[in-house]
Amino acid sequence: MTKSTFQWTRKHLVGLRELSRRELEFILDTAKGFEEFSTRSIKKVPTLRGKVVVNMFFEDSTRTRNSFTLAASRLSADVIEFTKKSSAVNKGETLVDTARNLEAMGVDIVVIRHGAGGAPALLCRSINACVVNAGDGYNEHPTQALLDVYTIRQARGTLDGLKIGIVGDISHSRVARSNIYAMTQLGAEVTLIGPPTLMPPCVRKLPVKVSYSLDAVIEELDVINMLRIQFERMGGNPFPSVREYSHYFGLTVERMQRAKPDIVVMHPGPMNRGVEIESEVADGPNSIILKQVANGLAIRMAVLFLVNQAAMQTDVKS
Amino acid sequence: MEKILITGGRVMDPANHLDTVADVLLADDEVVKIGPNLEESAARRIDAAGKIVSPGLIDLHVHFREPGDEEEETIASGSAAAVAGGYTSVVCMPNTNPSIDEATGVEYIHRMGRQARKTFVYVMGAITKDRAGQELAEMGLMLQAGAIGFTDDGCGVQDTAVMLRAMKYASMFNTVVSQHCQDNALVKNGVMNAGYNSTVLGLPGMDPLGEEMMLWRDVQLVRKTGVRYHAQHLSTAGSVEIIRQAKRDGLPVTCEVAPHHLLLTEDDVVGYDTNYKVNPPLRTASDVQALKDAIRDGIVDALATDHAPHLQSEKELEFLAAPFGIAGIECALPLYIKALIETRVTDWAGMLSMLTWRPADVLKVDKGRIGVGNRADITIIDPDAEWVIDADAFYSKSRNCPYHGWTVKGKPLATLVAGEVRYIAPEFERSLH
Repeated sequence: MTKSTFQWTRKHLVGLRELSRRELEFILDTAKGFEEFSTRSIKKVPTLRGKVVVNMFFEDSTRTRNSFTLAASRLSADVIEFTKKSSAVNKGETLVDTARNLEAMGVDIVVIRHGAGGAPALLCRSINACVVNAGDGYNEHPTQALLDVYTIRQARGTLDGLKIGIVGDISHSRVARSNIYAMTQLGAEVTLIGPPTLMPPCVRKLPVKVSYSLDAVIEELDVINMLRIQFERMGGNPFPSVREYSHYFGLTVERMQRAKPDIVVMHPGPMNRGVEIESEVADGPNSIILKQVANGLAIRMAVLFLVNQAAMQTDVKS
Repeated sequence: MEKILITGGRVMDPANHLDTVADVLLADDEVVKIGPNLEESAARRIDAAGKIVSPGLIDLHVHFREPGDEEEETIASGSAAAVAGGYTSVVCMPNTNPSIDEATGVEYIHRMGRQARKTFVYVMGAITKDRAGQELAEMGLMLQAGAIGFTDDGCGVQDTAVMLRAMKYASMFNTVVSQHCQDNALVKNGVMNAGYNSTVLGLPGMDPLGEEMMLWRDVQLVRKTGVRYHAQHLSTAGSVEIIRQAKRDGLPVTCEVAPHHLLLTEDDVVGYDTNYKVNPPLRTASDVQALKDAIRDGIVDALATDHAPHLQSEKELEFLAAPFGIAGIECALPLYIKALIETRVTDWAGMLSMLTWRPADVLKVDKGRIGVGNRADITIIDPDAEWVIDADAFYSKSRNCPYHGWTVKGKPLATLVAGEVRYIAPEFERSLH
């Protein structure tokens, strides 16, 4: 870890848009410390002993939820799993009521995955516990983007000056948004690549370049992040067919031959093999996809550790 | 019938270009005399020195939620809120549960309005049965029962052939067809303006084109059918241009705006505060400017409220799930003062025109004027009173008001409907003798 007088003060992590470069680097450096624990024979630390973490997942998730569960266990916290599949317009108990009930049981940290953008922000206003966003609608997915930049840093040393392409459904992607904020803040140049029908409104007001042609930019990219085509989110048909999408935006072996030899290939998972990425590329030497998953654990340990620490400091002050 | 003499006020009757200090004598629900130093010993007196005596305000667009959602508002609570806001007439929208799509519903609204005995309650009937956009509702029978016009407000009539048929049919009556302009295929599941903010908030957006395409379509249908047409709550610069051109072409087209589209923008949504979730959504600063330019140019006929009360518990939901709407009829007047007079977009006569005789003309009712023989609907306004909006003190049942805590200037002090004092502000009670 870097030696500095920097003090982490946020008891919630709802998004990366408001984070400074210093804060982002501090999370990554903290994660570096936790990464080492995974190689030890005794992998647990007592940092969150006696603390209660609840995983409130209102959407399907395998890796993110398991990763948070494991991270909390490694920190010796007690973990409650709360899973409820529901649409955003669920007529049952409200989100705020559910969270208040869990809080009454003594929950310290709420990890929330929700289909509605802004749901974690709503919780921050409504409860006292720490809130960690595990993905909200197509707003943000901060721990995913943190593990992405962590893995890039591991592969390339720094993000400064790197040219990074994010390919796919930008419009409905929380991963893309968090990626944009983290990557540009850390000095990379980001290009969003996809058809105009998958770009959000006013996309050019973001600190990014936009290209409708993967072929036009593939040669200059240092890193390429292939987003999953989320058939369940898109609605309508923003492109005519999977075949035509792959033709223009799929990361194929043929396209890889035109890329820089050391290009780093990423995917937040789960992959649609043969749609946005060919298997040979996903499993090939440039791919760091499984490293992303492995690093997710250290990132989530770091985040849980930091928000809890900030909450305890505010408690002491007040 | 008791007589009331309003003394010493600045009588403003913009329809008749009257702006003078005078007394106004009311009797038998009519204005009977206007002039200096009137004497009428048998009358109760209201000392209005230093105050504006205006024709009663008319709101073309309210949701009083009855029948169906009485926990949010009733015609009684909404009417009490209306007179506290200075409104002597309101037009209820038919998107209740059930919808007001036949004559008995119209009669029910009127009856509840009479029982409330506060503001005068008009109602528009639905254009289509159950507001489903398919089959025409019984417009003729609803008109006979007293409906003042037709709309499927809450949504627009999507099918162009249905809208054409509705307008053709309505053209045999002397009535107005009113539209919440929104092409559902374009706005889909949107919850705020489509733009930079919707992108960074990760919320589905409503493209301004959704409003403009339907408005443009409807104007072409007016060209064909000649029916009177009123566009509700304009929110975009593009809509302003469509209305401007329609008026230039001499078409019988009118429009209204709501306070939030003049005072708030999509930037206010950034904290996911659902009190800013409204339909049509808050747009951009340039849209606000275009609406103000339209007001300055006389393009806007009416200043409405789109008073849309909702339960606190519903507004506490996720931004995606919370209902659309702002409850604001009790503070609309000072909000319009803030948006239009304090910024010199228009003057008092111009603003009051859009709150009185011009909306009356949209409905073709003989209201909104203070002439001898006119109905004694009068609002007395203190133009200088500074006060803080307190949603918790509303007569409305709901509190979904983003202006809570705002300091504003200008206050309705007394509201007279048909010659009766239906509301008087506590601080003004001693002026009533």
